[in-house]
Amino acid sequence: MQLTVNGKSVEAAAITVTKLLVELDVKNPDQVAVELNGEIVDRATYDDTRVNEGDQLEFLYFMGGGRGTQ
Amino acid sequence: MELSESQIERYSRHIILQEIGVSGQERLLSGKVLIVGAGGLGSPAALYLAAAGVGTIGIVDGDRVDLTNLQRQIVHHTEDVGKEKTLSAASKMKAINPDVEVRVHSLFLRADNVAGIIADYDFIIDGTDNFGAKFLINDACYFAGKPYSHAGILRFDGQLITVLPGKTACLRCLFNGPPPPNAVPTCSQAGVLGVLAGVIGSLQATEAIKFILGAGDLLTDRLLTYNALRSEFRKVSLRRNPRCRLCGQDPVLKELVDEAQPVCDLRMP
Repeated sequence: MQLTVNGKSVEAAAITVTKLLVELDVKNPDQVAVELNGEIVDRATYDDTRVNEGDQLEFLYFMGGGRGTQ
Repeated sequence: MELSESQIERYSRHIILQEIGVSGQERLLSGKVLIVGAGGLGSPAALYLAAAGVGTIGIVDGDRVDLTNLQRQIVHHTEDVGKEKTLSAASKMKAINPDVEVRVHSLFLRADNVAGIIADYDFIIDGTDNFGAKFLINDACYFAGKPYSHAGILRFDGQLITVLPGKTACLRCLFNGPPPPNAVPTCSQAGVLGVLAGVIGSLQATEAIKFILGAGDLLTDRLLTYNALRSEFRKVSLRRNPRCRLCGQDPVLKELVDEAQPVCDLRMP
């Protein structure tokens, strides 16, 4: 199945968001916000949210940074 | 406000721009921007906003300059190590442009002081490194209706988004709240390319200037991401999240709270 993830074409077998995060070896998947075709997916529904051929996904990461005394 | 001859000369490269002109420069001189964090992101923002003639610039930081800061926090010089960051930043800003009134807030933002500090400013720049502070600023700007620029940097990546509270997607539309302890590495744990702070902090300053001028399109409902290694900018379109705990249809966050400090080695009080 062909998907677009963060702007890049990706071949994946996973049929749910949860499985896709595993298949693509996303680090700290519980910290990644997932946008599916322009809508932020409710984290509680990652297991049930299906991905389909041609879907556009964005994995968004929280970043700190800036002031230097972390 | 009438521009003096020396101001017309100083700001001539602005004034010649159709989108700015004399009236736009006067708007900048009347503008009030608050920069939270005199660090990597706040440094270029402070310097460029001062140079641009933003008339009142507030700078919030409760920390002192450390030698490890100097790799990216360009408002501070080697001789400033040990000084209060706010005072160090203010002296450079005044040196660049004596037109600017710099207001120094030598403290860390908390739920019980943030509202009073942001109240007098038109636009807020979040240059903090700290997850709790980022959500505190997001929430405080929402409750006060203040537009603001969120940004983050890590390793070779940076990202930012401008939020018009109640109108465009906010930080909590994307992320419910701060990540749990140690889930996300910090710059001190993972490193950060110093110049990245300059790229992203300068973009934040650009958003503040555009907001004051009313020029162009703000970076709202779009997260701009930059990867320095790949020389790649991307814009990810976003929408307000109806399930957002802050600005959604059934909000559960009704007041400001200090989020638990999620990172083990934070030195914030």
